[in-house]
Amino acid sequence: MSAPLLSVRDLRTHFPVRGATPFSRKKIVRAVDGLGFDLQRGQILSLVGESGSGKTTAGRSILRLIEPTSGQVEFDGTDLLALNAAELRATRRRMQIIFQDPFASLNPRMSVGRIIAEGMKLHGIGEGTQDRRDRVAALLERVGLSREHMTRYPHEFSGGQRQRIGIARALAVEPDFILADEPVSALDVSIQAQVLNLLQDLRADLGLTMVFIGHDLSVVEYLSDRVAVMYLGRIMEIADARDLYARPTHPYTEALLSAAPVPVPGARGQRVLLKGETPSPVAPPSGCVFRTRCPIAGPDCAATVPELREIGPGHRVACIKRG
Amino acid sequence: MMTDRALPPSAKTAPVLQVRDLVTEFTTDEGRLRAVDGVSFDLHAGQTLAVVGESGSGKSVTSLSVMGLLPARIGRVAGGSIKLDGKDLVGISERRMQRVRGNDIGMIFQEPMTSLTPVYTVGDQIAEAILTHRDISRRAARARAVELLEQVGIPEPKLRARAYPHQLSGGMRQRVMIAIALACDPRVLIADEPTTGLDVTIQAQILELLRRLQAETGMAILFITHDLGVVAEIADRVLVMYAGQMVEEAPVEALFAQPRMPYTIGLLGSTPRPGASALAAGAAPRLRAIPGNIPSPRALPQGCRFHPRCTHMREGLCTTAAPPLDSAAPGHQVRCARWRDVATQEART
Ligand SMILES: Nc1ncnc2c1ncn2[C@@H]1O[C@H](COP(=O)(O)OP(=O)(O)O)[C@@H](O)[C@H]1O
Ligand SMILES: Nc1ncnc2c1ncn2[C@@H]1O[C@H](COP(=O)(O)OP(=O)(O)O)[C@@H](O)[C@H]1O
Ligand SMILES: [Mg+2]
Ligand SMILES: [Mg+2]
Repeated sequence: MSAPLLSVRDLRTHFPVRGATPFSRKKIVRAVDGLGFDLQRGQILSLVGESGSGKTTAGRSILRLIEPTSGQVEFDGTDLLALNAAELRATRRRMQIIFQDPFASLNPRMSVGRIIAEGMKLHGIGEGTQDRRDRVAALLERVGLSREHMTRYPHEFSGGQRQRIGIARALAVEPDFILADEPVSALDVSIQAQVLNLLQDLRADLGLTMVFIGHDLSVVEYLSDRVAVMYLGRIMEIADARDLYARPTHPYTEALLSAAPVPVPGARGQRVLLKGETPSPVAPPSGCVFRTRCPIAGPDCAATVPELREIGPGHRVACIKRG
Repeated sequence: MMTDRALPPSAKTAPVLQVRDLVTEFTTDEGRLRAVDGVSFDLHAGQTLAVVGESGSGKSVTSLSVMGLLPARIGRVAGGSIKLDGKDLVGISERRMQRVRGNDIGMIFQEPMTSLTPVYTVGDQIAEAILTHRDISRRAARARAVELLEQVGIPEPKLRARAYPHQLSGGMRQRVMIAIALACDPRVLIADEPTTGLDVTIQAQILELLRRLQAETGMAILFITHDLGVVAEIADRVLVMYAGQMVEEAPVEALFAQPRMPYTIGLLGSTPRPGASALAAGAAPRLRAIPGNIPSPRALPQGCRFHPRCTHMREGLCTTAAPPLDSAAPGHQVRCARWRDVATQEART
């Protein structure tokens, strides 16, 4: 296997937060707490897990839109955490982001043409205004819009169209890597399918590498090469998508998969209903962070933090009871 | 296979709730807007009817019409009937409607935070709901509130009764809303996207809870959602809405096994199936997305409202006359002029 495009090691992002009163002790939110994975070129890795599991913080820490507390992020051989501001800006061209909320992420006072051309200008892509305009037109067509849309403003577009504009803007600077943070979560299923098809095409045609953050497990299964299941800032299980869905091994993965409704009446089998809710990342449980909700936890689960152990090719699980 | 609960209305006792040809209009700056245009359904005790469709299709306006909660002066039921135990609710006084809401129909929404009062404890809010409907002491109402919290699966209900809404998680708040809805022992529960925005693990807990409560109380549930996975899981019957109209209605098994309306077929095709992978050997199978967007009620297409997005569209037939609801099978209605041809063509692909 060739060198991965993105390699993350023991990444931690902790937020200090104030206690309830000015005199109470400062607390630490362990939003991302020891994340590691490799991502090969042209592949899509999805991060899944309940809200608050640290997916967004992880994604933004990888791009250094949030400063991680510690760890390593290697992008195409470069240690991103060692870069100074200017070097980081230059590298950022190669790493773009698509947001969940296409409404909030587009400047309402800029025409679509300017929104898309902005990054090109910033990074010196295209020769002059005319060339950039042609590129914008080509990009609009690439994402299923048209040249005429260039002079219009974001409010004139539907949610799905705005998401296409967001994708065109990301593609404008010819990135190698895209972080897509819940890009289809706010869309109706019919429009979601249009955007998923587009992402599929772009990956096939441009060889994009992507980290996809999602919470809909059927969307993730459809789109991903690899899937990492996160809980309280850590990876519980990581595997090729097909492996993960065929052989979920961590009790948390099992529970997530069995909770996801499937569009087949009567298909719901015996469900592993998880009790309760995720504990606070300010005071995560000792040992295995999942143990307080785990149906198979025993006394020894409180003692040690389970390592991610390899249980099959590329399939790793952090559980002392399984695998 | 048809389960007993999914039998067509005629085969069972009288429905608790019967809606016929419902039309709901809003008066806006740009004139009158028809948000719901001809929705009919029967809801029977112990049964769950799911209403699905893209956002803007008129699902919430349908439920607000039934609850008598349309925005005053702007919105009104402009036609049809909404009968609870045979008595029409359309046009009754707000006082009487309040009694219906306190005694017969309960409702839960997507965002419980907006319907809970931030300055009262959840125990007080549940007790208040009980007191509006029962002649008991405040003390007894408080005790009943704790029982209800326990019934909806809130751990340490005595302690939680003293919590304020913001101290609870989204899942817990939804349980509190369910407790408030249950306070009046409703025969009908209207649930408008009650699990949208919740994690799947919490959603599974809430769906399980609703199923359990329905089994215990026999209440009928009108469940509004845009998630076909949730529909498959909770519904006995399904009503599909598009641009203000009902376009298909069927027992849940029939709807998923043999969807008739091209819109329903498109919704199902847009939903990734378990085991489906774009990366599976061979060419990437594309999702069968529906092109375009749902039209605004201000600019409805001529003829069939779905025709501009429909792959089965025939110029003339679909673009001039509005198709009526047709019966495709017992208890299975479809609004499509071409449903027979569509069925043959779909069977071939
Ligand atoms: N800027 C911040 N300050 C303090 N806590 C934060 C901050 N950003 C995120 N968190 C917390 O970190 C955890 C992970 O959040 P997030 O990465 O948004 O999770 P996800 O995207 O999986 O929902 C949550 O408990 C969240 O409240
Ligand atoms: N208060 C209102 N004033 C004017 N139009 C409204 C109002 N509420 C809803 N509508 C319109 O009615 C239509 C149906 O809306 P709604 O029932 O909320 O859709 P859904 O719940 O299916 O997403 C939409 O076009 C919406 O814009
Ligand atoms: Mg997030
Ligand atoms: Mg709605």
